[in-house]
Amino acid sequence: MEKSNYNFVSKNRRPVEDKRFVTGHGNFVADIDRPDMLHVAILACHEPSASIDEIDFSAALKMKGVIDVITGKELASATKPLMNGLDTPNVKRYSLAVEQVRYAGEWVCAIVAKSRAIAEDAAEKILLKTTSLKFVLDSEKALLPKSPIVHENHGSNILLEKKFVWGDVFQDFKKSDHQISYNVNWGRNSTVPVETFGVVAEWNAWKNILDVWASIQMPKFSDHIAFVLGLRANQVRVHYDVDVGGSYGVKRGIKHTILASYISRKLHRPIRLIEDRLENMRSGDAHGPERKFDVTMAFDSDGIIHSMKMRALDNAGAYAGRAPFQLGKPIGAIVGPYTISSVEYLALSVTTNKAVQEAVRGFGQAPTNYALETGIDRIANFLKMDRMELRQKNLIKSNQFPYIIPSGSEYDSGDYQTVIKKVFASKNYKELIKERDLLRKNGLMAGIGIASCLEPSGGNSSFEPLLNSKNKTTTWMESCQLNIDASGTVTARIHTTSSGQGHETLVSTIVGEILEIDPDEICIARPNSIESLPGNSPVGSRMAIMLGGAAGKASKKLKEKIIIIAAHKLGFKKSELIYQKGSVFAPDGSSMSWDEIIEFSHRRIDQLPDGMDPGLASFDIMQVPTGGNLPKDDKVHMYPCYSFEFHLVLLSFDPIICKPNIRSYTVGHDCGTVINPSIVSGMTYGGIAHGIGAALLEEFAYDDNGQLMTQSFLDYLIPSSHEVPEIKIIKHSTPSPHTFFGQKGSGESGYLGAPAAISSAINDALSPINISFLSLPIRMSLVSDAIANQNE
Amino acid sequence: MKIELNINNSIKVYDVEPRLTLLDFIRDEMKLKGTHAGCEHGVCGACTIILNGEAVRSCMVLAVQAVGDEIITIEGINAKEERTGELNVLQDAFCEAHGMQCGYCTPGMVISAEVLLSKNSNPTREEVREAISGNICRCTGYVQIVDAIMLAAERLSGRNRK
Amino acid sequence: MKSVPFDYVRPKTLESACSYLSKDPNSLVLAGGQSLLPMLSMRLARPSILVDIAHIKELKIIENKRETIKIGSMVRQADALKDPDIKKYLPLLIKGLNNVGHPPTRARGTIGGSIAQADPSSEIALVAVTLGAVIKVHSTIENVEFLASEFFLGPMMTAIPDSGCIFEINFPKPTARKFGTGFNETAPRKSDYALASASAYVGCKDTGEIDNIKLGIGGVGDFPQLIDFDQHWDRKQNKKSITNAIKESLSEVDFVSDYHASSEYRKRAVIELAYQSFLEALGEIGKANNEN
Repeated sequence: MEKSNYNFVSKNRRPVEDKRFVTGHGNFVADIDRPDMLHVAILACHEPSASIDEIDFSAALKMKGVIDVITGKELASATKPLMNGLDTPNVKRYSLAVEQVRYAGEWVCAIVAKSRAIAEDAAEKILLKTTSLKFVLDSEKALLPKSPIVHENHGSNILLEKKFVWGDVFQDFKKSDHQISYNVNWGRNSTVPVETFGVVAEWNAWKNILDVWASIQMPKFSDHIAFVLGLRANQVRVHYDVDVGGSYGVKRGIKHTILASYISRKLHRPIRLIEDRLENMRSGDAHGPERKFDVTMAFDSDGIIHSMKMRALDNAGAYAGRAPFQLGKPIGAIVGPYTISSVEYLALSVTTNKAVQEAVRGFGQAPTNYALETGIDRIANFLKMDRMELRQKNLIKSNQFPYIIPSGSEYDSGDYQTVIKKVFASKNYKELIKERDLLRKNGLMAGIGIASCLEPSGGNSSFEPLLNSKNKTTTWMESCQLNIDASGTVTARIHTTSSGQGHETLVSTIVGEILEIDPDEICIARPNSIESLPGNSPVGSRMAIMLGGAAGKASKKLKEKIIIIAAHKLGFKKSELIYQKGSVFAPDGSSMSWDEIIEFSHRRIDQLPDGMDPGLASFDIMQVPTGGNLPKDDKVHMYPCYSFEFHLVLLSFDPIICKPNIRSYTVGHDCGTVINPSIVSGMTYGGIAHGIGAALLEEFAYDDNGQLMTQSFLDYLIPSSHEVPEIKIIKHSTPSPHTFFGQKGSGESGYLGAPAAISSAINDALSPINISFLSLPIRMSLVSDAIANQNE
Repeated sequence: MKIELNINNSIKVYDVEPRLTLLDFIRDEMKLKGTHAGCEHGVCGACTIILNGEAVRSCMVLAVQAVGDEIITIEGINAKEERTGELNVLQDAFCEAHGMQCGYCTPGMVISAEVLLSKNSNPTREEVREAISGNICRCTGYVQIVDAIMLAAERLSGRNRK
Repeated sequence: MKSVPFDYVRPKTLESACSYLSKDPNSLVLAGGQSLLPMLSMRLARPSILVDIAHIKELKIIENKRETIKIGSMVRQADALKDPDIKKYLPLLIKGLNNVGHPPTRARGTIGGSIAQADPSSEIALVAVTLGAVIKVHSTIENVEFLASEFFLGPMMTAIPDSGCIFEINFPKPTARKFGTGFNETAPRKSDYALASASAYVGCKDTGEIDNIKLGIGGVGDFPQLIDFDQHWDRKQNKKSITNAIKESLSEVDFVSDYHASSEYRKRAVIELAYQSFLEALGEIGKANNEN
């Protein structure tokens, strides 16, 4: 479908969600008051590793307003451990520490009281006796044979160790003129939404149903709850109409939910557990990747890069969960947008006595892009070649799609050269170089940052069976139900929570486009998990493709039925009829209006074709396009659609204070057809802001005693409006052949390339004095120290 | 202790603990849920309300301190429209420019913008950034928020008839 | 993050406030609350009673006296920023205030509160030290006053006597007819706790001769402090001479090292910031020459 033909898709339409947010009428989990609700506070232990010898909560229980105190021992005897993604059954995690504390801040007791304040007062009265144990914080140290082991029964700290060889790495290295090796460190940071995780759990003993309201973004959340608590999945009712105050991956909250649910079932009262900010930062189990890359690239003197060896070592923290899969997802774009022919990839995930990781926006792609782009810049430096020239030699060309990369994924479409050309048309490269050089002449350090990166989208999570051979999942579905009621109004049901991605707008726009009706008159309903068809929640930048796809297919089914009803009435073949704005027109001038069709479908079964069901309802449960295969020979096709972004940054700083000033930021973005422009541009701006934080400011830094130094917003520095510059987005679209409108995902845009681009800019600024920074965040004081040390 | 508070032009006596913050009072006693808790230590700005005409962090004020002050929350910035479902010009501009995503920081942002525009009807983009510098947004990267406030300023001063 | 329980009183007089403070050793003064409330939320401050001084009228006054500007301890930072006398006579304080927190914190935070909190990176404290402000404290026993440079003893530590309450800060008005000021700080984000800050006051005679230089530094050590730049400066107006003099005057300063910055960074940065502030002050009196 040509862009100019759309009535609603790609048009500037107001997202429908905004009205409730701008008036303070969102429905966030902390807004939910249930009758007789009790509140939970947590007692944490601040040792990085210790055995729990005694917990005496008798004084706490005596306090007025305190109802109960729960320990890990009680929880472990009544529930199963939380599920791991990898096959690591001896790495057991419960919501509360069981016998041993494994990171500073780990939850030890839950205090249940009439108010949060009383629960916190009571927590201070609990006596906790522990014996310190040895601990390990560094991932390389965790690999050593003499390292303290975080889970003794697991035998080592290794959660994952798998080597992949795709293509003829040996030969490619042999035939290449040169090799360079380097390592980069992606520091531990996370998405840190402004709303912390929260849950309200309410067990209804009369109906045998557990109601859960949570600030959640998690696939198979209700299944996981049911499994751990020993309930049937159809006894767990997760309410999808809770607004989530930002997530970007991390709001998995399974330990919070199990804890609150268990307490509710025990006490027969609704239970509220809202993490406060300190709990969230230290022990919300929502840290992001902390990854060390050792990379060697093999290339020729003319700049063609043939092969790459990459060792990626991730510091998973004290428990496993799904986080180690973040080493697997980047396999689907392991060569980035480049024609690298072979790759050797060693994925390592280790436990240490740090807080637990959770899925972060991009699921490992942003760190991997950072590692790749650093290599590209370093090769350019080595060959004394312009960084753009080097990229142009290695970027996949527009006539090479679909393009299969060595690890098995097929890139659907792209035109990287045109995106880059458009960016340079807006911001001339030569002029930018002149501008940089003038700044340098005036005594500043100035650098241009470049990053060309992919955003795999669609969520075909075949990295699961790739990293865990016991996992045979090949289905990654999403669903949508439509109903046109007896009055002719349209309702779409979506089976997920949203955290700002505008899914209601997405679905109403697509349904409106296909049915040719006003999207603003379509009601989007969010049933709960028991009432829902299957879905996998907004992960992997998948919803434009998957929810949009399911909504589109369901709409087409309805449109088809409408035409068949009209064909039957008007006496023509359906191929002879024209559907227009809900009415159907025949070649002889006769027609059937929307209202007539409703009348027939709801009230005149005698007028419908034989065998046709009454009513006008449809649903679609859609499998991810191009998915469905298990890995073979360690290769698998992963995500269906590949968006592209090209970042061009100019920044400067004085060589003493070293506070970076981003002077210009241009990004070219191609995510295929855009369903709603302001939603997509908002994502990109937000992703870049997030990337600026990861590159320059944010870090979960631990001291040598295993204590988190940056545990509040006073020390964990999130970009404010002063740290994010004006950004110019240049759009291009190479539609995906796999989706109806050609849309690709854009939920991770900006974030996947910004850290690489900013790092590139800083290193370009420091290149005249031969300093490189190969670790994020690049903090201003460290840059200044490096310059000063060199001058001495 | 018993205190008299003026919230959204309604003056009543309440019985509260001294340690109760104005934020928790607004949410838990008044059941006005539009003001949000993000950090409870005065950095994120999600709890911003208007106190005597200034944008103030309600997590950094005790309810008992606010006796004699005029407090307006997001629900009160346009009392009439609150009943009819209409948006004021600023809120409408936020919707037009899509100056939000998840909505969690939004009430605080709107309040900060409201106070800015009450003092400065023709701000520059830099002045807008300064006014919202105490409101953290994790979703938007601020660009479309600044767009929204600039648009509202234009419309309020009649420079933009649309 | 809910505070421990405490009692709350709101006296109408300074005398009454100090009476409460003297009766309970676990009492704390509540002024603007912008520093205290986060500490209450994190349970780092655990008072048994808060004495709210916001309604003591005499603490909210700004008075223009012959030789000083008297600022009551409860004067809000935002109000100080708007005050015409402060703008005229204490432009350095205005410059410092523009770096304090964000508009919402300035609406509530007070001049006295910032001084009492004594954060090493407090801009108000730095300006007080630089200009030689006098801090006046009332207690049930007596009134005492402290020169700002003798008031700050360590991080969050002041010379306030037990049960004392700051009621006024007197800033001397400039004695020179012509004077210039400069204030610069740096932090990873604008308005974060400064990694280093420097404030400068330069006064000159009618003849144009510089006769008064005050340079203060903050954020780098345990408290803001004056540096004896004047003694070390050879009067040559080039960057090398000025920064050498600054370096020499830092020889006794203990620079702090923490996660955010090394002590070397703080030293390096404060030299640069002091230089910039000094230059800014010179520029205001038309003294900066082209070499800089």
